[in-house]
Amino acid sequence: MTTYIIRRLLQGLIVLILVTLVVFFVIRLLPGDPLIIFIAQTAQLEAMPQEMIEQLRHEFGLDKSIVVQYINWIRNIFRGDFGVSIYYREHVSTLMAERFPVTLHLGGLALIVGAVVGIAAGLITAVRRGKWLDKIITPLTYIGITIPVFWLGILMIYLFGLKLHWLPISGYTSPLDDFWLSTRQLVMPVICLSFFSIAANARQMRSSMLETISQDYVRTAWAKGLSERRVIMKHALKNSLIPVITLVGMGVGIIFGGSVLVETVFAIPGVGRLLVSSILGQDYVVVQAITFVIAITILLVNLMVDISYGWFDPRIRYG
Amino acid sequence: MAESRVTDAGYLTNTPRASEWRRFRRVFFSRGVVAFGLIVLLLLLITAIFAAWLAPYDPYRPGVAPSLAQPSWEHWLGSDILGRDTLSRLIYGSRTALMVGFVSVAAASVIGIPMGIVAAYSGGAVNAVIMRSMDALMCFPMLLLSLVIAGLLGNGIWNVIIALSVATIPGYARVTHGLALSIKENDFILQQRSMGSSYQRVIFQHILPNAFPSLIVLMTMQLGNLILAEAGLSFLGIGIEPPGAAWGAMVNDGYRYLLHNPILSFAPGLAIMLVVFAFNMVGDGLRDALDPRLRGLL
Repeated sequence: MTTYIIRRLLQGLIVLILVTLVVFFVIRLLPGDPLIIFIAQTAQLEAMPQEMIEQLRHEFGLDKSIVVQYINWIRNIFRGDFGVSIYYREHVSTLMAERFPVTLHLGGLALIVGAVVGIAAGLITAVRRGKWLDKIITPLTYIGITIPVFWLGILMIYLFGLKLHWLPISGYTSPLDDFWLSTRQLVMPVICLSFFSIAANARQMRSSMLETISQDYVRTAWAKGLSERRVIMKHALKNSLIPVITLVGMGVGIIFGGSVLVETVFAIPGVGRLLVSSILGQDYVVVQAITFVIAITILLVNLMVDISYGWFDPRIRYG
Repeated sequence: MAESRVTDAGYLTNTPRASEWRRFRRVFFSRGVVAFGLIVLLLLLITAIFAAWLAPYDPYRPGVAPSLAQPSWEHWLGSDILGRDTLSRLIYGSRTALMVGFVSVAAASVIGIPMGIVAAYSGGAVNAVIMRSMDALMCFPMLLLSLVIAGLLGNGIWNVIIALSVATIPGYARVTHGLALSIKENDFILQQRSMGSSYQRVIFQHILPNAFPSLIVLMTMQLGNLILAEAGLSFLGIGIEPPGAAWGAMVNDGYRYLLHNPILSFAPGLAIMLVVFAFNMVGDGLRDALDPRLRGLL
């Protein structure tokens, strides 16, 4: 077990290095000089003398070779310095400190809702296979994995916001300022963002639960005369959770991806929206920082998921 | 065409071809919803091919209808702010969706599948380099990676295709890698190698055909995902250039007039959902008919 964890950590380290290479080079090698774009945006391109352009280039470190720029970038990240946004003229770490908590609040809730509701729905539909609950929930999960998130958001805004006036249609308030308003504002975005995960988790949970309850040890548990509750919750649940854990881990990536769309639909000032506006503004410093932080988060989650398998199923041998 | 090659592989049994085909058809059509998906896809294909004949108006010309017209007999789905006919734009949008879907799947699988096979068959350092790079790419959510690439490459349908292909390559490589690892343990591969078959021959004539049924299933399901992702990108304003028609962009255009004219947003969204649903159902049917062991995996 220990050797497995160490090997997995080393592997993670190599992947981490590759991630930094992808983030830096993919973004920098794409066409478009960020500086020229910045100058053009402020409509000073013609007025600006060549020396000043050169000076700005120097200021952002864009006059050095790309390898040197990469090494500088890595060194600064270790110091917690993600550089200065070309567009906002502000430290990226400051920008992210403002935006990340918002996305974590939204995404964290969506992840929990997705896992809890999804697993519960999968459990019920497997145990009550072919009964009316199964016949209602299972088709719904098909819709869940096909509906475009942004469209679901718009449908909800139309129905619950514009027609029924139950919930506010957009915006974000910190729960520390006004907990009730913050919660009301988040109801729709959280449902919207977790919808895919609920459906995907429910489908996975249903099929893995069906497989587990047909196994010998579960039959033995029934034969001992244990209650349904004990058989399912105590014996079958833990083993059927393994494939779902993988999916919940992957759900982190899906939620980060979806948050870009959901934050746009509901006008929530999180990292997703910052990323979109930075991409459209070709602000590569911010794009690099955000993609890097997201990729690292996903890397760590995958690492934890892999290691947690042993706890869920001691039969798994780490070879 | 694909089906006959699939049965050629003799994946599980060596029964004659005709009955294999019959079995495939029986399992594939055993669920009504799969047949429904197939019909939707056929209609979509016809719509995309004959868009010019089917569309009642020029989808790009403003002013064929009053601005933001409600649905009527002349304009079944109303019109947008510029007075363009929504139904015509919806019909032309099917071309964008299908083209992005098919070309990206083709490009990503042509690159990703050989990478997976070569990694699995070679093992050692080659395997480590390829698979760790794929792991690194997989740390980026597919939508985010394609968003970053397409956004920085600039507008245009080809940039979207490049972005989506790059973002989906690791998925193909990883699934193919897993398949190839189990296929290469078979005795017939050992036989080929002991006969002195070349590297290319073993990979392309023996491992690839045996992985093919599962890969077809993967590709079908990816088509749905790609159309969903393309819709997401164009919703964010990335990809299709302004006069062009893309369903995601249409949803976004209509969003501003949601209260006044909700159908502008509702119709293209419904189209996306229907098409993605159809691809998923056909993928499910193919999976059950070609390789039921993939149940729960894909």
